[in-house]
Amino acid sequence: MKKQATREAYGKALLELGKKHQDIVVLDADLSKSTKTAEFARAFPERFINAGIAEQNLMGMSAGLAAAGKSVFASTFAVFATGRAFEQIRNSIAYADLDVKICATHAGITVGEDGASHQSVEDIALMRSIPGMCVVVPADGPSTAQLLEQLYHRKRPAYLRLGRMAVEQVYGEEQKLELGRGVELRTGAEASIFACGIMVDKALLAWELLKEKGISVSVVDMHTIKPLDQELVIKKAQETGAILTVEEHSIIGGLGSAICELLSEYCPVPVLRMGIRDEFGQSGSPQELLRHYGLEVEDIVQKVQKLLEIKLK
Amino acid sequence: MREINDKRVREVAEKARAIRRHIVTMLCAAGSGHTGGSLSASDIVACLYFWEMNLDPANPDWEDRDRFVLSKGHAAPVLYAALAERGFFPRELLMTLRKMGSPLQGHPDKRKLAGVEASTGSLGQGISWAVGMALAAKMDKKPYRVYAMVGDGELEEGMVWEASMAAAHYKLDNLVLFVDHNGLQIDGRISEVLSPEPIRDKFEAFGWRVMEIDGHYIPGIMEALNQARLLKGQPVAIIAATTKGKGCSFMEDRVEWHGVAPNREEMEKALAELV
Ligand SMILES: Cc1ncc(C[n+]2csc(CCOP(=O)(O)OP(=O)(O)O)c2C)c(N)n1
Ligand SMILES: [Mg+2]
Repeated sequence: MKKQATREAYGKALLELGKKHQDIVVLDADLSKSTKTAEFARAFPERFINAGIAEQNLMGMSAGLAAAGKSVFASTFAVFATGRAFEQIRNSIAYADLDVKICATHAGITVGEDGASHQSVEDIALMRSIPGMCVVVPADGPSTAQLLEQLYHRKRPAYLRLGRMAVEQVYGEEQKLELGRGVELRTGAEASIFACGIMVDKALLAWELLKEKGISVSVVDMHTIKPLDQELVIKKAQETGAILTVEEHSIIGGLGSAICELLSEYCPVPVLRMGIRDEFGQSGSPQELLRHYGLEVEDIVQKVQKLLEIKLK
Repeated sequence: MREINDKRVREVAEKARAIRRHIVTMLCAAGSGHTGGSLSASDIVACLYFWEMNLDPANPDWEDRDRFVLSKGHAAPVLYAALAERGFFPRELLMTLRKMGSPLQGHPDKRKLAGVEASTGSLGQGISWAVGMALAAKMDKKPYRVYAMVGDGELEEGMVWEASMAAAHYKLDNLVLFVDHNGLQIDGRISEVLSPEPIRDKFEAFGWRVMEIDGHYIPGIMEALNQARLLKGQPVAIIAATTKGKGCSFMEDRVEWHGVAPNREEMEKALAELV
């Protein structure tokens, strides 16, 4: 199947949504070619606003537009959207519960050569901490398009985390996803892997290798990190008794944290978290960086084996 | 006041040319990075490192050194090239730009490379660093001066104006800010994306002394720096009219050369012009 970056899928899906819904307004901060909102801008210049290099004003204007009845999609790189404009998102958008979808691209270390200043590894944590904010991390192109449409209809503050790098397709066009519901892509008995974003495909590849070793695990795509699909997490914890979380994000505050917070209260089982371990990224190719930070398929395999040792002890 | 004579101008011009050649060579080797804005800044950066600033490459942490903050951090190649030419590190290191493990990160990382004064890359933040450094010099009654460079698109960041207000309020006459006014950002011309004009009036209204110069005319840049030393009680903004991609005809004033590196053929073509 064809590889596609989630930002590419976002650009195309946004254009389609724009054709259907006249209330959609898109904002960007001088990065429309990279975030792919340029496609919407070309088709609907009257409904596109370039804020220039001014992310705080981008979020503030988005709030005003939404308060005046628009369905707003605001895009820039994840590090600037959630970092530079955090407080505008909190106080202007979320506090007022406005219909602004922050669709940020270039999340995570797979930004590559631009280096740490542009590699957001704390955006999920930041957005998740804001009351009422919905946080979505799609695994591939088709799921990005589906979830984007659902976010349009939800009409509330949301954060959509998108990547720069092309990724394998995980879903067929016919498969239906639902915001707030994890997808059990593989079912196995010994442990459960919860992954999001680009790590879902890697978890599926790890599943194959584990199967060859005679190890049976479940793989869940947790595309919605908030609100968390609590029922599914608890069910898988009860069924398999051990959990591995995998994300292209700091282990502090992301998917792993969300799952640990839930399980520690309702169903304590061993959990191992894979992600960036309290450090900044750096320049390198996406592949080199994934290897360096231990986010490759083989790393997942090893972590599952370690998890099973802990579980049996 | 330092005399601006033909010999010195020729020397600095030669350095600017060397810097431009390094820029296209290292970007080609890296395979990605920001070419246009590195080339537009080359003459100013050459004047800073080879005419203006007091530095000691053997002792990069010397307390009384002058500081340069490249607020438009994506133009890192121009900074790296100047540091290498000034002797902060071997020129060969330039070829590791943006590669895994290199101290020459995609955007300047202060912890990884001696001579880099501020970790920049997030636009708008470097100018505040520079204000902080200039404040520290005043507090400690130190003689050093602080230089910063922002892009003209970068002027759209609110933080630039917060920093500008502070610099004037604290009468930071030890601070000189260059605006690399090449007229382009990523999504197009600054006049079309989100105009920061009138730039001169804005800085004046914020309490700065403003000079307007040709950012590729080396004696003019030197003269402006000489003048800036004489001005007391206010920070100085030098608005430098520049051309993005300057020196490589096929890149000049082309928005598409903002964030791409030349391939081999383009590099050869560029080097043939940079003689
Ligand atoms: C806070 C922030 N927002 C966005 C970017 C992405 N970005 C990098 S360069 C650039 C355009 C800069 O234009 P300008 O300041 O005019 O620089 P120059 O033309 O000199 O390259 C943008 C938007 C960034 N680095 N930092
Ligand atoms: Mg510019």
